[in-house]
Amino acid sequence: MSALPRLENAGMDAWLVRLFDHIDERNMGWITALVRACEQAFGPRLIDLIPSYTTVLVQFDALILDHAEARRLLADILARLRPDQDEGEVPIKELPVWYHPSVGPDMARLEQSTGLDATRLIALHSEHTYRVFALGFAPGFAFMGSVPPALELPRLDTPRRRVPAGSVAIAGRQTSAYPQASPGGWNLLGRTSARLFDPASEALSLLQVGDRVRFTPVGKAEFERLGGDTTPMEER
Amino acid sequence: MSAGFITINRPGPLTTVQDAGRFGIRRLGITQGGPADLHAWAWANWLVGNPWGSAAVEITLGGLELTAEHDCLLALTGADMQASRNGEPQPGWQSFTLKAGQRLSLDMCRQGVRGYLAVAGGFVAEPVLGSAACVVRDGLGGHRGDGSKLAEGDRLAFAGGGQARPLPVNALPDYAEPVVLGLIPGAQIAEFDGASLFEAFNRPWQVDTRADRMGVRLLGPTLKCKLTSMVSEGISLGAVQVPPDGQPIALLNDRQTIGGYPRLGTLSPLACARLAQCPPGSELRLRAISQEQALRDYRRFRTRFN
Repeated sequence: MSALPRLENAGMDAWLVRLFDHIDERNMGWITALVRACEQAFGPRLIDLIPSYTTVLVQFDALILDHAEARRLLADILARLRPDQDEGEVPIKELPVWYHPSVGPDMARLEQSTGLDATRLIALHSEHTYRVFALGFAPGFAFMGSVPPALELPRLDTPRRRVPAGSVAIAGRQTSAYPQASPGGWNLLGRTSARLFDPASEALSLLQVGDRVRFTPVGKAEFERLGGDTTPMEER
Repeated sequence: MSAGFITINRPGPLTTVQDAGRFGIRRLGITQGGPADLHAWAWANWLVGNPWGSAAVEITLGGLELTAEHDCLLALTGADMQASRNGEPQPGWQSFTLKAGQRLSLDMCRQGVRGYLAVAGGFVAEPVLGSAACVVRDGLGGHRGDGSKLAEGDRLAFAGGGQARPLPVNALPDYAEPVVLGLIPGAQIAEFDGASLFEAFNRPWQVDTRADRMGVRLLGPTLKCKLTSMVSEGISLGAVQVPPDGQPIALLNDRQTIGGYPRLGTLSPLACARLAQCPPGSELRLRAISQEQALRDYRRFRTRFN
């Protein structure tokens, strides 16, 4: 394998640009810079882009571009690539969260496995500023990290058939919130009132790859005032 | 012929409206959707004079019955579902008129898995995020815009216009022929052991019952890869990923946008289309092809539709 960055064959009309070989929050400035540079250089010849933790998949229009040409474009981009912005300049998006066992049924298990009480757990989860590494699994589902090592908890052996929309969860050292009700195997700690995916909004997804995110604890009354759904898990 | 409606009397197990697919927003976790068999879908539209990308109906397994409220020009391609028009057999891969009040019935498929019904002018469906492609799991697109499959009593609007065209010679596929799928070897190919690589391309594979619009599992020799899992990364249409059990999964239109299994390579778009017509239990082989070869085949296919 040649050194990084590297261009990998990803099919008839796609290249995978591998920038890094491990997960690191500092990767994201490079990933978002690559996304922007590809949009500019490919223009209408670009079909789709999928940024992730260490890579960007670039799908181009095979009817008007050969992959040798696409490869040249990407090599040029990589030769000139600089990371997007200073860490300090990325605005922080806040997700209000009601941490409570009725909407976060795995809180008790987390208390047990860590030996920490709920107050301490909530503080640990909400004090950290997370980066969005990737979106996937479902529209607007953001893979964020990294959760403090003390909170690390493996995902459930058997996924739940239905996790309510807004559920805030951790799995390993990642954290996320479910944009819509779906099956899921992550550990649920609470629920956010934020609308994570909205087909009617211009950005569609509240969170984008590279974003900085904080979970802000709110009480039940404030959560309801913000439009949060307090229906306990069991009743669903 | 002018615009109008058809009514769904019986939808079959999974019948959806599909245009070419949803592109440009996969970075938000939104999958592409679109016809699982691009080939049959494209010809259905072509036979009634529609431009590339028009919305047609994808019928999985069969079982559809509909009545025209207004005269319309239709074409049915893909799997043989023993269609009948007001009780008379209606051959596939050609256009035909369904007059107001007439009924089109499809049985369960005999050869192939998916049928495509196109109407002159295309089915009218409000695009959602740039496309009418129905993705049930994401709740996006389709005739209602919310990812619903067709249901009894649904009325589908069509634009009308269009013109019947005959199928060119050699365009009719034979789904009974042995299936050989072109696969472009991928970046992790060197991580598979030699025997596995030999077997991947020299032994037959069987289509598993776990096969849908997301992906198709293949049963056969156990492929061994030194990489067990990787950091999740973007997945192309047709990517053949190999989980630790060594049985590959070919990913189709409704696949998740990112994943973390090593990949043998990527099926060409035409190979994906062919795979989408393979019922569980059927046999196929993989053949390594270059990116250039896949591109040449695809461009040759597409020139007929532009």
